[in-house]
Amino acid sequence: MSGANEYKPSLIRGLWALTVRELKKWLKDPVMVLMLVLQPLIWMGLLGKSMNIGALFTSGNLGNMPVPDRIPIPGNYVIPPVNDFVYVNNTWFSDIGSKIMENTFGVADYFSYMAVGMISMIVMTTTMFSGMSIVWDRRLGFLDKVLSTPVPRGAIIFAKVLNATLRAMFQATIILALAYILGLQLSSTFTLLNLLGIYAAIFLLGVGLSSIFIAFSLRSTRMERPMQIISLIMMPLMFASNTFFPIKLMPDWMQAIAKVNPLSYVTDAVRQLTILPLDSSALIIDFAYLGIFAAVLAAIGIVLSWRYLTK
Amino acid sequence: MSDEVIKAENLTKVFNKSLVAVDHVNFSVKEGEIFGFLGPNGAGKTTTINMLITVLKPTEGKASVLGYDIVKQANDVRKLIGVVPQEYTADEDLTGYENIILCADLYGIPREVSKKRALELLELVELTDFKDKRVETYSGGMRRRLELACGLINRPKVLFLDEPTLGLDVQTRAATWDYIKRLKKEYGMTLFMTTHYLEEADALCDRIAIIDHGKIIVTGTPHELKDGLGGDIITISIKENADVTEIIRSVKHVKEVKNEDGAYRIKAEAGELTAPLIIEALREKGYTVTKLSLTEPTLNEVYLEYTGRAMRDTEESKEAFISQRITLRRARGR
Repeated sequence: MSGANEYKPSLIRGLWALTVRELKKWLKDPVMVLMLVLQPLIWMGLLGKSMNIGALFTSGNLGNMPVPDRIPIPGNYVIPPVNDFVYVNNTWFSDIGSKIMENTFGVADYFSYMAVGMISMIVMTTTMFSGMSIVWDRRLGFLDKVLSTPVPRGAIIFAKVLNATLRAMFQATIILALAYILGLQLSSTFTLLNLLGIYAAIFLLGVGLSSIFIAFSLRSTRMERPMQIISLIMMPLMFASNTFFPIKLMPDWMQAIAKVNPLSYVTDAVRQLTILPLDSSALIIDFAYLGIFAAVLAAIGIVLSWRYLTK
Repeated sequence: MSDEVIKAENLTKVFNKSLVAVDHVNFSVKEGEIFGFLGPNGAGKTTTINMLITVLKPTEGKASVLGYDIVKQANDVRKLIGVVPQEYTADEDLTGYENIILCADLYGIPREVSKKRALELLELVELTDFKDKRVETYSGGMRRRLELACGLINRPKVLFLDEPTLGLDVQTRAATWDYIKRLKKEYGMTLFMTTHYLEEADALCDRIAIIDHGKIIVTGTPHELKDGLGGDIITISIKENADVTEIIRSVKHVKEVKNEDGAYRIKAEAGELTAPLIIEALREKGYTVTKLSLTEPTLNEVYLEYTGRAMRDTEESKEAFISQRITLRRARGR
């Protein structure tokens, strides 16, 4: 009987045990992994490929347009090109086309632009869904059992956060690989080391989002509520960010939302690290914002979880 | 620390500022005994257990387990207790062995110790052959045994069992009782359990507290409680056609005699001793006893006496529990 007192329940040990549990559950359920990857894949494959914005500026689309004598461009006039130049040789238009694409999206093809945005999408869905697993733990009594052991309370929350984040990283890797197969154009500044930066960005977003979702899920004993919240906020968050379209072309009110939306910063960071020529000052801003976002939300989430755990 | 392992003083839990689940409850549990909380669903049994295992904070009053305050020294309490919850909390996607190791890790038990102990416990609950099978494939009885094993991984000094046989069929229930008795014997633990099965309380518990609407109505050993009703029921018939009420009443320990159409219904203390005395007294007067039956009052009668009604919704709740579980599993579906 003696010795029961001497065990040292530690945060790291408990965190590890609980995280391994979640990961084991996850690996034994490959269908769920597939389902979560499928959604961004469909978006990427269908929307990304069908929204062939680059094609707007090719001769096929512009050829029958009336060409004025002079094309007014603010500040000066451009001598219009000779007609046969337009019809026979489309370099002029495609040059203009890819310039417009680059000025708008930073890259010449829209697919690369939006495929990278799918990383934010997968991080968001994964973290949101894993927040719900705590509702299950509560309903099935697992949470109460864990609470009756001397494992540090923080380990219970951190394990969920860590698990969500690890999943998100794994799934983001799959998405990135699939995007590459489907024709993602990597920039010349891309190296494999950039992957570490991508993981860091995902980690920060994952920690921030999952902390807050877990805290909210802790309060609800029903699955429906977090589900509804997720489906309610997911699309708006995606559209009010640079996931599909550049912020600078949005109306002012929407720009205001997009500029505080953490998805914009993750997406930008991932773009900087993959398809865009790396702009380190932009990257620093992205990471600074994400760091603050993760710290603040994790702090709120952990304080709330602490209160909700001790009923 | 005296031999009072658990002590509750005015322990109270109010949910949402209005629902009084546990209402100023006082009791103490002695070292080495099996103490049972008996009451219908919603009586406050689980709420009490959840406070004692430090999962819920009491609204009022205090309690200690092994001398440690359940609020101020919650972590000391947690290290020393084991919990077998009402639900099947083992992770369905993990194997039985993995589940026990997970519990051990939460207590911070070194791996070399926990591996050995997990195998011992699996042996004890006869799950060795299934240890590497996913819990998903386990039957209700096996899951319950796994919960028992998990609850014992830290060699607890006090084991809390919340409705240990809820939703089990009669045979499995009896088998589970055997395990519980063996555990008590082998580990010399103190057990605190809740149940709404009268037979279970009677078969297992050294002492019982009957709880209803959040209040303890009466506490005592099953024997005391039954005796408190005024003893056993003896029914006697005699060959002769005569009224022998007075003769029977004069026998020692007889409390009450009723003549019901030639059969005498006698309430007496210690019926097994009193019945021969009654036969003897009648024989001395020349009467012949043709029929005699002795029934001990069951806890059901005790319960009836104190709460004014029979155990409510016992069977219904079992059904409800099972159907809820099925729904849960279906909803989980993965």
